[in-house]
Amino acid sequence: MLLPLFESLEASAIGEAIRNSLWLFPIVEAFHLIGLAVIGGAILAVDFRLLGLGLRSHPVARLARDLQPWVLGSIVVMILSGVPLFLSEAIKCYYSFAFWTKMTALVLAILFTFTVRRAVALAPEGRFSPVWNRAVAATSLVLWSTVGWGGRWIGFS
Amino acid sequence: MMFLHSAMERLANTEWSIALHESQYAYSIVESVHVWALCLFVGFAVLLDLRLVGLIFRGVPVSHMTGRILPWTKVGFVVMVISGVVLFYAIPLRTYHNVFFRVKAVLLILAGLNAFVFHNGIHRRVSDWDLNLPPPRAAKLAGVCSLILWAAIVFSGRLIAYNWFDCGKVQPALVSAFAGCTPDMIDPYQ
Repeated sequence: MLLPLFESLEASAIGEAIRNSLWLFPIVEAFHLIGLAVIGGAILAVDFRLLGLGLRSHPVARLARDLQPWVLGSIVVMILSGVPLFLSEAIKCYYSFAFWTKMTALVLAILFTFTVRRAVALAPEGRFSPVWNRAVAATSLVLWSTVGWGGRWIGFS
Repeated sequence: MMFLHSAMERLANTEWSIALHESQYAYSIVESVHVWALCLFVGFAVLLDLRLVGLIFRGVPVSHMTGRILPWTKVGFVVMVISGVVLFYAIPLRTYHNVFFRVKAVLLILAGLNAFVFHNGIHRRVSDWDLNLPPPRAAKLAGVCSLILWAAIVFSGRLIAYNWFDCGKVQPALVSAFAGCTPDMIDPYQ
């Protein structure tokens, strides 16, 4: 059912342009990687803080609020660079276990980050127990790491 | 530099290098670790740089950033170096002559110098300007240089995978010279 859709996405003008260029894919990919570093740092900083590591002298809520625009901004960069990469090899992605793993983890990670994790991170200090904070941070780390690893492994398959 | 070339050749013929190179999963796993640690190392370095520029965590003293974030950046750096050395060891000869690897090596040295100048310069007097906004020029400059350098390092690191300028391909003389290629070298992927 999805295969015809992926076939037409692969045939899209953007997909075509990237496939026909020697430089385009690597350059877009490099920007995707720089975006990864930024989103990785912004996510890790809050997760570390929820785990009781890193900037312990400052309330989680303040760090989370400060980093919110950077998380959103880097998600935009990741999508703007990721979609063209996908379009250039949509059919390969369709058959790639790593791709589906990444996309599943990505949907879960985004949902989790903007619901549960957001509520816990922005809550006043002491509202949630340290155990609960740690569980949320661990879940976030696992989900986002799966997104990253899955993404890297699309290239290996 | 021919002696480095032969050293890389010998390295490439060692048992472990061949094993890594030919393994189905080991190389990919090491590379995934390298990418994961990128988030910890570059990601946290970016946070510190953005603070030095005065764009985030404006209420957090810079000394708290260098005291509590920098140790994790160092952990990330160690993982990056170890996994990076293993990746190099898996493909030593081609990587040694790779243009992007050489660019990355130069940029890494510059990033190291930038960090050295920052820590031995303006950061020594951090207690005088811990919460100043905007931060002093020298701190802002160190942050901007670091951001540009690390972005360029990630960029060139990613491009090492591509063989456009490998020795043995027809190249402008300048590229050949920078890559340390000699006419007798053949394209390892031919």
